[in-house]
Amino acid sequence: MTRKQRRLTLIGIAGGILAIALGLVLYAMNDTIVFFNSPADIQAKNVRPGTRLRLGGLVKEGTVQRGTDQQITFEVMDAHGAIQVRYRGLLPDLFREGQGVVAEGVLESATVFRADSVLAKHDENYMPREVADTLKKQGHWQGEANAAPKTQ
Amino acid sequence: MLVEAGHFALTLALGLSLIQFVVPLWGARANDPVLMSVGPVTGMAVFTCISFAFLALTIAYVTSDFSVMNVVENSHSAKPLIYKLSGVWGNHEGSMLLWILILALFGAVVALAKNSIPQRLQANTLAVQAAITIAFLLFILITSNPFTRVIPAPAEGQDLNPLLQDPGLAIHPPLLYIGYVGFSISFAFAIAALIDGRIDAVWARIVRPWTLGAWAFLTLGIAMGSYWAYYELGWGGWWFWDPVENASLMPWLAGTALLHSTVVMEKRDALKVWTVLLAILTFSLSLLGTFLVRSGVLTSVHSFAVDPERGSFILGILIFFIGGSLALFAWRAPMLKQGGLFAPVSREGALVLNNLFLATACATVLIGTLYPLALEVLTGEKISVGAPFFNFTFLPLIVPLLLLLPLGQTLAWKRGNFLGTAQRLYAVFGLSLLAAMAMFAFEYGGPAAAPLGIGLGVYLVLGSLNEIVTRSWSRGTPLAVAWRKAANLPRSTWGTVLAHAGVGLTVIGIAATAWGVEGLATLKLGERLKAGDYEARLERVIPRVEANYREDVAVFTILRQGQVLGTLESMKRLYVTRGMPTTEAGIMTVGLGQVYVSLGEVEADGSVGVRLYHKPLVLLIWIGALVMALGGGVSLTDRRLRIGAPARAKVSPAAPVPAE
Repeated sequence: MTRKQRRLTLIGIAGGILAIALGLVLYAMNDTIVFFNSPADIQAKNVRPGTRLRLGGLVKEGTVQRGTDQQITFEVMDAHGAIQVRYRGLLPDLFREGQGVVAEGVLESATVFRADSVLAKHDENYMPREVADTLKKQGHWQGEANAAPKTQ
Repeated sequence: MLVEAGHFALTLALGLSLIQFVVPLWGARANDPVLMSVGPVTGMAVFTCISFAFLALTIAYVTSDFSVMNVVENSHSAKPLIYKLSGVWGNHEGSMLLWILILALFGAVVALAKNSIPQRLQANTLAVQAAITIAFLLFILITSNPFTRVIPAPAEGQDLNPLLQDPGLAIHPPLLYIGYVGFSISFAFAIAALIDGRIDAVWARIVRPWTLGAWAFLTLGIAMGSYWAYYELGWGGWWFWDPVENASLMPWLAGTALLHSTVVMEKRDALKVWTVLLAILTFSLSLLGTFLVRSGVLTSVHSFAVDPERGSFILGILIFFIGGSLALFAWRAPMLKQGGLFAPVSREGALVLNNLFLATACATVLIGTLYPLALEVLTGEKISVGAPFFNFTFLPLIVPLLLLLPLGQTLAWKRGNFLGTAQRLYAVFGLSLLAAMAMFAFEYGGPAAAPLGIGLGVYLVLGSLNEIVTRSWSRGTPLAVAWRKAANLPRSTWGTVLAHAGVGLTVIGIAATAWGVEGLATLKLGERLKAGDYEARLERVIPRVEANYREDVAVFTILRQGQVLGTLESMKRLYVTRGMPTTEAGIMTVGLGQVYVSLGEVEADGSVGVRLYHKPLVLLIWIGALVMALGGGVSLTDRRLRIGAPARAKVSPAAPVPAE
């Protein structure tokens, strides 16, 4: 092979791998990304049932019910509404009524959400509700969105 | 008093670092050996000062000196001694102090290695090291002083976050930091070469052991973090593609690429510019990792506290070093003498392919990690990029790399023969295929991905070992002779073989997770829960009180196909000081697999929510990582590196030594 051919081969292979990677990333961006929503967002955006999403808000006081065989239901609320969450599994240690929570799963109907994982904050310093609500109204609600306990 | 002395030592270290930055750099420009020799002296002095500061903080922790804010916030007099020690770096300020201690330690080692490094290179390298030290010392002194006093001193501390009270945490950050910070040396060497405008195979030979050491420690640190998350968080998962995990994976991928490109540079004097760029990128990704974790951009157990001032400070450091080094690269790189091109089918061609795959895989992880942050800043939309994204983008780039790995390892330098190489691997191909089919047919059945993954892992292990076999044995060689030949192969060969075999073991462990089974139920005393062949029987729940927590202990008998294997204990703990509950999973190791029991709430009627997992071969994931790091270590003991790199002319190279 001449020098030029060698260089072209190298550039060709590099370009090929980059193109494949770019294709994969763009495809995955469309298909695998999960949006974070509060109950109000779901109402406002009219999210279709069957959509996979992350639901975040506060666990409404007095709504946690433990059924048989680790079936659990509770409501996640924000300043504008509440959505019932159904979940089968162990709840995280810091799951509490009145505290922040993020559930990931599928919206079954406008008011029912089936979660396959429930995350609560990793730390004992919960954000007080008033603060959270104010932040939410100002559109700065971040307290729980990134607080997945799934960190090492 | 000691605490103030510690604070003063940090300030002194800052002053000394300034000297270490300016004088050697000037000396290297003026070619003045006296000025250049200031570098090693100040390097040692900075290390001494920072060690003293670290020691002062450690003593404050051990003696529970609650007049120090940092100790109050993160310690408790009733805490066991090991967690008082690990508490030193189990918080923001202390962990930054550890970071800089390791940085200074590496600086001191470079300072001591004066016989194996040309003086100009050493002077420039120490100056770059000093620049990094200055930035982080300023960061600590201005925004994160661990020596702040609190008056009046409270009688008791607030205890360490219970999740961090674990032997895993005691060693995870130091290992990880040695890795991160170790790459700063490769970075400093790269910048020194750019400043000097000269780079050659000798440079690669000097830099390689540093990269190798950093890489080995980073491997251990990531594996330790992964194992810690596995047993401490009670989810049974070992990798979550969490941004914080990605932050450590990215420098690892780039560092792995760097390790391989320096081999090409050392052997063939090619890929120079690319290697320098990789060295810059690897450390930049380490800095990015530090930024992501320390700035509070991501809220997690790692962030400790959110403070915008700290975030902007680290962002400033990040921009200065990454931007500055890339600008220097753009300016100086064209002046570096290019190496030659080479045939695509050759060892160096394969290593280029390795670099391409690793770099693109690293880029996809980077995109997946930063995209949510960027999107939130730009549109306010909050998204989560999780495992599905990374499985879809990362795996298709890594699997081809793994498939090509044994081929590349077998190819000859300069001009390889693809068919000939494949021929040498026929037996390996056959055996791996057989292993995959055997797994599919006899062992478990189940998802097809598992046997294929295991086949790939077996192929990697055998493909690596094949190099030892073909280099020491041919038909008719007596076994004793072959054995001696194998033992006499260079340590770096053994290192390569071990590291690659370790990758194979990890792949087998990951593939076998597809066979994992789990069960979930509410159990009363005496009831059983089944997962595959395994069962857990709840024997009793007993309360227990320890120094700084109390717990409910659930005792289970574990059975396999009705046969009792033993008992294990799962705990639900409450750390009294912080009022924080944690779950401690009960784990029983059966062969290379594990039975894993996680507890839910203990309910009013005494029944307990229980999740039981059986994870076959799961230990191989971490054993593989240990073997990889061991490979790095073995390679470091290679005679070539022990003796020291041959210098350009004046020092005579070591006399030839008979092989061991």
